[in-house]
Amino acid sequence: MYQYTAFDSEFVKARAAQYRDQLTRNLAGKLADDDFRPLRLQNGWYVQRYAPMLRVAVPYGELNSAQLRVLAQIARDYDTPSAELIARAQSTQDKIGGIDAPKLTTNYGHFTTRQNVQFNWIPLDKSADVMELLASVNLHGIQTSGNCIRNITSDERAGIAVDEDVDPRPYAEVLRQWSTLHPEFAYLPRKFKIAITGATEDRAAIAWHDVGLRVLRNDEGEVGFQVLVGGGMGRTPITGTVIREFLPWNQIINYLEAVVRVYNGWGRRDNIYKARIKILVKAEGQRYFDEVEAEYERILESGAHHTIPQVELDRVSACFVMPPVDVVPDDAQEKAEQALLAQAKADKEFTRWLQQNVTSHQNPGLRVVTLSFKRLGQAPGDATADQLATAADLADKFSSGEVRVNHDQNLVLPWVRIDQLADLYQAARAAGFARANVHLLTDMIACPGGDYCALANARSLPIAAAITERYQDLDELFDLGEIDLHISGCINSCGHHHSGHIGILGVDKDGQEWYQVTLGGSDGSFLSGPAKAGKVVGPSFAAAEVVDVVEAVLDVYRDKREGHETFARTLNRVGFDVFKAAANSARNTTARAA
Amino acid sequence: MSLQIITQHNADGADKEISARALANDVDVQTLDLEGLERIDLNFPKFTDGRAFSQAFVLRRRGFGGDIRAHGDVLIDQLLQMQRSGFSSAVLRDDQDAAHGEKLLTHYKAFYQGDAVTADPKFARVA
Repeated sequence: MYQYTAFDSEFVKARAAQYRDQLTRNLAGKLADDDFRPLRLQNGWYVQRYAPMLRVAVPYGELNSAQLRVLAQIARDYDTPSAELIARAQSTQDKIGGIDAPKLTTNYGHFTTRQNVQFNWIPLDKSADVMELLASVNLHGIQTSGNCIRNITSDERAGIAVDEDVDPRPYAEVLRQWSTLHPEFAYLPRKFKIAITGATEDRAAIAWHDVGLRVLRNDEGEVGFQVLVGGGMGRTPITGTVIREFLPWNQIINYLEAVVRVYNGWGRRDNIYKARIKILVKAEGQRYFDEVEAEYERILESGAHHTIPQVELDRVSACFVMPPVDVVPDDAQEKAEQALLAQAKADKEFTRWLQQNVTSHQNPGLRVVTLSFKRLGQAPGDATADQLATAADLADKFSSGEVRVNHDQNLVLPWVRIDQLADLYQAARAAGFARANVHLLTDMIACPGGDYCALANARSLPIAAAITERYQDLDELFDLGEIDLHISGCINSCGHHHSGHIGILGVDKDGQEWYQVTLGGSDGSFLSGPAKAGKVVGPSFAAAEVVDVVEAVLDVYRDKREGHETFARTLNRVGFDVFKAAANSARNTTARAA
Repeated sequence: MSLQIITQHNADGADKEISARALANDVDVQTLDLEGLERIDLNFPKFTDGRAFSQAFVLRRRGFGGDIRAHGDVLIDQLLQMQRSGFSSAVLRDDQDAAHGEKLLTHYKAFYQGDAVTADPKFARVA
């Protein structure tokens, strides 16, 4: 993974010091809360329903074990509310009613769809201490919130995927550096998210980003970018439009400078729901594209200062040190594969784990392993302090000290030797990370929702828990196959409900929690088809009905599917209306309202 | 080139002879006639409205060598961004601590990306 230079480390430390000065002035009454808010946000500090929330940046998802241990330390030592606060929070949550809800938890980290890590209970007066602790391992919260260019995300298998054309990580890092504390683009109309992939399969949902980048080779073998612009979820889900089919790789910063500068000038600032670049692209279309091209020309004419030299790409590429994994010799590989097969025959669960949680690697002696953080008793993507520390140990023992946070809120071990899979399985199982449900129904995406988030209209986690509980049988999960179930607690869509095959959105009506269900959304993966938003199934459902709705929809799938047809394909073939009717038949309490 | 920090009480009347023009932050400065202008006043209606950063950058790129001055909701925590975007002076909101603002201007030793002051990014300077 990327090795930070002395400059990078000093920079992160200077940022932590700058934040301490701002916090000190705020606590001393010299920096008003309103003036401080955007500053803390651009360091990842929100103030949520009951307590501040910290979002730690994990550039393109890569963490080393030392960083993971610091995250564990933060969970253990700082993510602790006072007894009075947690009691008050729990009592407020208990009054919501409607559905059985798990208790609020503390001292844990939460993996997000944008490959970051969040904490929910750190007191604000400790926030500068936490930033310094993070900086000690080159971590920070730079631009994880605020109306600026956010932390850049990528393919969980960047640099190791078998379907990869070009490793996107050096470009992601170059763009990270360019966007970090960009003086002109710190106060854009709205947040600005970039995702980049270099593989055939889109595992980064690039069409759902303000800018989506696909790095590829053209017929001449030259490297360049397909550039998408204007994707985003929220109240108006729109997928990105291709603005450039092939931009030479060394022009990417110059070009994005034009994209963002025109947006900064033209994007709406009168209405927060119309301020994202997607609205501008939709409203102006070609006129926006023309202006971007004109501005790009001016950037080129004025010196094209951010043209990336080959030596710089080489330097950054060299920073992605391949771990010193011993090459597994061919005969040993074969032996290992045979041993795995023999073992798998005797152990059904192990077979399933190999099938679902393990995938191939560019290096034939290695495998990519997903540790599942989707299990009964814990919210999707949550990891306690001990679990974070255990994951660090697993990374050291089995994956050259590296993990990736993925878009689905799990951890990926990118460098696992084939002859160590069996040992890893045992260790992951002991740690509770070996649930063989990756990409299956219970590997759902869910935001923290109304248990923690100030924006949420309804809780996500009790719904996630109820579905997880009903679908515990692995035979059934395997029979249902790969299904994207996404849950958001409000229209901000942090749980990506728009892109779920089954999407669940929390809404608030008269102070009560209700849930809108959508069907047929896609993140843009092969399984799901071209990126699109799901269609809404009638009026929203009561909390207690949601699990039954999911079950009714899945029953239709089982009834209608042909052979090994996936849920997404069956839905596509049979049509929305049949599934919609099934969903509506599960109405019980809302029957009269509907 | 360091940003000149101006407080409200010394801002008035100091440079009356200057040919200055005040612009709203939705004016297209790419086509603006700069002839004879010695100072351009750009506006931050709210400090979170960042359009004037781009205006300043584009004016410098066009070669405008006069004073570019920030007005409006100008806070010390954005001075460094103003300086790097091409502003040469800034009139602080009256509750701001100018002395502390001076200190904040020198907090970082260097940055990754190029800007209006140092056009080349770090990678071009090192290489």
